[in-house]
Amino acid sequence: MSAQLNALHSDSYIDVSQYRDQHFKGNRYEQEKLLKQSSTLYVGNLSFYTTEEQVYELFAKSGDVKRIIIGLDKVKKTACGFCFVEYYTRVDAENAMRFLNGTRLDDRIIRTDWDAGFKEGRQYGRGKSGGQVRDEYRQDYDPARGGYGKLTQLQRAPEGRHKF
Amino acid sequence: MSVHFDLQSTSSLESNLEGLAGVLEADLPNYKNKILRILCSVARQLPEKLTIYTTLVGLLNARNYNFGGEFVEAMIRQLKETLKSNMFSEAVYLVRFLGDLVNCHVIAAPSMVAMFENFVCVIQEDDIPQVRSDWYVYAVLSSLPWVGKELYEKKDVEMDRLLSQIDGYLKRRQKTHVPMLQVWTAEKPHPQEEYLDCLWAQIQKLKKDRWQERHILRPYIAFDSVLCEALQHNLPPFTPPPHSESAVYPMPRVIFRMFDYTDAPEGPVMPGSHSVERFVIEENLHCIMKSHWKERKTCAAQLLSYPGKSKIPLNYHIVEVIFGELFQLPLPPHIDVMYTALLIELCKLQPGSLPQVLAQATEMMYMRLDTMNTTCIDRFVTWFSHHLSNFQFRWSWDDWVDCLAVDHDKPKPKFVKEVLEKCMRLSYHQRIVDIVPANFSPLIPADPIFTFKYGEENAQLPGYPMSITVSNAIKNRASNEEILAVLKDVPNPNQEDDDDEGDGFNPLKIEVFLQTLLNLAAKSFSHSFSALAKFHEVLKSLSDSDEGKLHVLRVVYEVWRNHPQMISVLVDKMIRTQIVDCAAVANWIFSQDMTHDFTRFYVWEILHSTIRKMNKHVQKIQRELEEAKEKLEKQQHRKKDSGDEEDMEKNSDEEDGQLEEQIDRLQEKVESAQSEQKNLFLVVFQRFIMMLTEHLAHCETAGTDFNTAWYKNCIERLQQIFLMHHGTIQQYMGTLEDLLFTAELDHHILAVYRQFCGLQA
Repeated sequence: MSAQLNALHSDSYIDVSQYRDQHFKGNRYEQEKLLKQSSTLYVGNLSFYTTEEQVYELFAKSGDVKRIIIGLDKVKKTACGFCFVEYYTRVDAENAMRFLNGTRLDDRIIRTDWDAGFKEGRQYGRGKSGGQVRDEYRQDYDPARGGYGKLTQLQRAPEGRHKF
Repeated sequence: MSVHFDLQSTSSLESNLEGLAGVLEADLPNYKNKILRILCSVARQLPEKLTIYTTLVGLLNARNYNFGGEFVEAMIRQLKETLKSNMFSEAVYLVRFLGDLVNCHVIAAPSMVAMFENFVCVIQEDDIPQVRSDWYVYAVLSSLPWVGKELYEKKDVEMDRLLSQIDGYLKRRQKTHVPMLQVWTAEKPHPQEEYLDCLWAQIQKLKKDRWQERHILRPYIAFDSVLCEALQHNLPPFTPPPHSESAVYPMPRVIFRMFDYTDAPEGPVMPGSHSVERFVIEENLHCIMKSHWKERKTCAAQLLSYPGKSKIPLNYHIVEVIFGELFQLPLPPHIDVMYTALLIELCKLQPGSLPQVLAQATEMMYMRLDTMNTTCIDRFVTWFSHHLSNFQFRWSWDDWVDCLAVDHDKPKPKFVKEVLEKCMRLSYHQRIVDIVPANFSPLIPADPIFTFKYGEENAQLPGYPMSITVSNAIKNRASNEEILAVLKDVPNPNQEDDDDEGDGFNPLKIEVFLQTLLNLAAKSFSHSFSALAKFHEVLKSLSDSDEGKLHVLRVVYEVWRNHPQMISVLVDKMIRTQIVDCAAVANWIFSQDMTHDFTRFYVWEILHSTIRKMNKHVQKIQRELEEAKEKLEKQQHRKKDSGDEEDMEKNSDEEDGQLEEQIDRLQEKVESAQSEQKNLFLVVFQRFIMMLTEHLAHCETAGTDFNTAWYKNCIERLQQIFLMHHGTIQQYMGTLEDLLFTAELDHHILAVYRQFCGLQA
């Protein structure tokens, strides 16, 4: 019965995940505090072709969007499949976590997570090749994210040509 | 004390309850207060499990009479608190729980009847809002499916009298609000009934059926031999708390009906609209959503595991209740996007059946667009396009080929157009071209590209050379001052030659600068926002007058008229950076230039977003003022408590002085913001009245029917302003009635105002 009551107040979709930004300037406690107050979301698994306009349209469904920062390949300066969405209020960001996380944008299931706040430089991928780290190691073929993962591409075309 | 019983599976429900009652009884000596608290919370917050917990309380009462008495007292205390705190839905659940406790032999039936009699007495109170007496009547009627039989068996004379008084009340009460709250204006195929009328019909039918009710799960029946040995308690006499100005009673509702037994051809039959089963099922489904809306997977699972689901076409009930909430007027109980996410989860859990019911519902709603309220059509468009975007936009568009045969301003083609526009916003233009059959191309939205006035092919235009100059200046990183200097040379088509300075409103200056700037920044939202930020000073200077603001908006529309989403975000940015103000946006929307787009959804999204920004701004400053006042009060308390050293007093006097000054400033800010807010509503309402009056007068003299598609759209947009911002508008009722909604107004327009007044009357 207690368990049922607790279940009533459960709001697990807005819980902070296990992910912590390794480049965060500050300690774990500070990062968690920011995550718990944040109105900024990280959005991942985007197609490289997903536009700012599409992100706006979707995320505006949970409240007024203050700013969108599209994640860029550090070398090519082109979209590399993630972005930040900043709301004016935390309540709006919470609703995005509850109702947009795990649904589709541009035909792909997107993933949202709390972010401690955008800082200049964080819009760049941290993978060795310039994109996101996840695109370095993945082995599947994803046409919307540059085809094969970077390592797999190098393995498949040892001369170093890129494949799509 | 931890409780880990699963009270879901009915097969072992009785043994679970028996076991739980045993455990709790043993814990009573040490944990009585905690148990009381938990049980009270359960009564208030888990209404869908009502009868399970009343049975539990019944078993506890049978074992421990004193505990039963204390629980009843705690419930009454809770009921008083919820009523005083405007928590009216929770209060209903408490009343229902108390009613069901009669079935569990915890409360004596006559004392429950007495409470209901006191509730019904509220009908006689003078000078109260109707919504107050409505609530007390509702609380009685909505408990009867659970406890009507028992109360009637014990006190039939009193119950008859009660019901007769309610009958009289229902016949005399005002129902001006009903047209404003109906999703469909048509009575066929299903009448959209006022909620008390519907409930009354259901109770009447229940009474005719001699209170036989077979849907509700009643675990206490299995324990009858134990429970009937228990001693019952009498409810203390309960006087409803008197009406106060701060009371906010629930608004009336219209019951949403879209399905009947003919729509679910196979399987169990759907209970009729006036059956009490229908009421109970819908109540329970609403309660499940209220409990679990934040967790869509849990919510979907709970809905689909509704007890007794094998006897009803559950998917149809779920879909109907969900759309009922989504389309509820004035506003849905929860944020719109929740319903989209929930329906997707339901489709995932029941892939073989739910999508078909959903498609059937969509088809039905499409067929009935002609009589659907415009606000509800908006929500239908938003839901449907977002839903489709999760399913690769797959839809049998060919089924809707009939919409191509009528004028595109008619509801069906208009709906398809708006859906395709929203689908495009979530994807891209070519995708939309690809997903619809070729004959639908007239309904496809325009390619969202920039329209530049000063392209090479227009070199003969007066502003062309200046546009080139400005463009080069911007590319060479000119500062705001440099741009302003460059713009000084732009001739003013409005001005006389000897009228000098060139600082007044100059439409050509605005046009040349803004067209050129937005052209350079057309690549994305971010580019355009950067441009607005970089040249904020120039823009503020150009938009200094009301005419300037209006012209800025006009130019934005001109260049981006194929990209309504861009217009929306630019208008939003310009309001937030104070390049234009809310009243300018309202005037622009109602201006001649916007006549062509006046019935398009995006225009109203902009207006409502503008009004919301204004409201949030006022609330923000009001909060700041409250916080400052609280701070001052705290400081003054501290002074009173400590109060010795002269030095300390002097310092705190200074602090007080600063705070008082801040409070004065904030007070001024609040008054100024409220004045701006009132003015915004006045502008909006005034323009509506002008437009509608003109149309009505024109039709009268020409002898044509005034009820055109445009008129329906316009009058429902006026309703929408009232509905979406009813809380804020309430404070300006006096001004609105004195200045605008006077008796001289055409009665069609005045009717909308009267319906609105009926909402909290």
